[in-house]
Amino acid sequence: MDFLRPASWEEALAAKAEHPTAVPIAGGTDVMVEINFDHRRPEYLMDLNRVGDLSEWEVGEESVRLGASVPYTKIMENLRAELPGLALASHTVASPQIRNRGGVGGNLGTASPAGDAHPALLAAGAEVEVESVRGSRRIPIDEFYKGVKRNALAADELIRAVHVKKADGPQQFSKVGTRNAMVIAVCAFGLALHPRTRTVRTGIGSAAPTPIRARAAEEFLNAALEEGGFWDSGKIVTPSVAKQFADLCAAACNPIDDVRGTASYRRHAVGVMARRTLTWTWESYRGARRLTEGAA
Amino acid sequence: MRVHFTVNGRPQEADDVWEGESLLYVLRERLGLPGSKNACEQGECGSCTVRLDGVPVCSCLVAAGQVEGREVVTVEGLADFAKQRAEGGCASGACGTSLQNAQEWQAQGTDSQTGEGTELAPIQQAFIDAGAVQCGFCTPGLLVAADEMLERNPNPADADIREALSGNLCRCTGYEKIMDAVRLAAARQSQGV
Repeated sequence: MDFLRPASWEEALAAKAEHPTAVPIAGGTDVMVEINFDHRRPEYLMDLNRVGDLSEWEVGEESVRLGASVPYTKIMENLRAELPGLALASHTVASPQIRNRGGVGGNLGTASPAGDAHPALLAAGAEVEVESVRGSRRIPIDEFYKGVKRNALAADELIRAVHVKKADGPQQFSKVGTRNAMVIAVCAFGLALHPRTRTVRTGIGSAAPTPIRARAAEEFLNAALEEGGFWDSGKIVTPSVAKQFADLCAAACNPIDDVRGTASYRRHAVGVMARRTLTWTWESYRGARRLTEGAA
Repeated sequence: MRVHFTVNGRPQEADDVWEGESLLYVLRERLGLPGSKNACEQGECGSCTVRLDGVPVCSCLVAAGQVEGREVVTVEGLADFAKQRAEGGCASGACGTSLQNAQEWQAQGTDSQTGEGTELAPIQQAFIDAGAVQCGFCTPGLLVAADEMLERNPNPADADIREALSGNLCRCTGYEKIMDAVRLAAARQSQGV
């Protein structure tokens, strides 16, 4: 095994082009487990910790450019207002020690269906900035996940940053596990209200071969909220609408039975989380509306 | 490969390091510092917790090559680290813990009954006083994690303590004595004891 230590992003891209089998390591919270257990013996290990700008973020007008290695701890501490869904999801990642090292770039690189960041990214709307010596491109998050632990990266590409849309409404994240820490999600659900476009977006984790959106459920809910005038009136979401939304989210799943849970449990739990996160976010939207109307 | 880094305030180098080796392995097997414990090797248990540039991390998940030029504090250096922090920095310029002292560090002092002769970090003393140590395997990681939390948050609520220690598993105590120990250390810290 060779240990590559690029001192800059350009050096990292050059090294990846020269050694496409090189495994990038940043927080190491996935890669080192595989090496410690002899599941993986990469020819080259490429340390990205020395590429400083991977650990930085910028808050722009429309979105946040989040460096691939920004640790979850920093997201929780600094981006709660801009990226509430991702901040909530970050807080459920493993333990403080892991959150101090791991970042969204690693979640995307590993592309496990159980990665905690994925439902939040899907719900908020995001693009993954990847680059190689051939050039840079942005992959919409919906097109990034290609299969179980497979993503849209070419062999010579590295993940540089994620551009996540700033929240324009309430967002929530929910995760099922046996305790509040050190849990790989049995399943997880992210939901974001986008009052500006009057749309709702979802993200489901650990209940299909890849992280997915519940598109039929989103379309149903968008239409129901629009037709019922809910965005303007701020009425509570009708229980029958919430139930139908939950059922459609459950139906979007394509889960498996495994040691963490059965497929039918996962489907059921996703439905419950969908209904709850819709209620939480909608209540928060109504509360914010009442405040602004009260002030006017 | 060779790795140069600072351990407990002193520059060290480790030779013949395999490229896939963890920081934990380097500390235990190359530098003779077995205080950080090797249990799960997958970041689940926290018994290998050390500070890397001040931040608590699982040393089993840090590749050795990643620590080149960086600073690590292990449980063996915790007493000196805490002392230096209390004194507001290193006045003499010769602080930290030498490798030999770290290798020979033990909680028992020259008098095995009273512990006299060994200086403990306040969190270490609190663990002893509260009876928070049983088999002791999880203790080093808990000490490093708890000490860092008290540095950040001198007056933690129980929920803060639980959260800060949520990455450290103990299979003996049921955590109650550990909670007591951290509360004790926090109380002593706020009273300047």
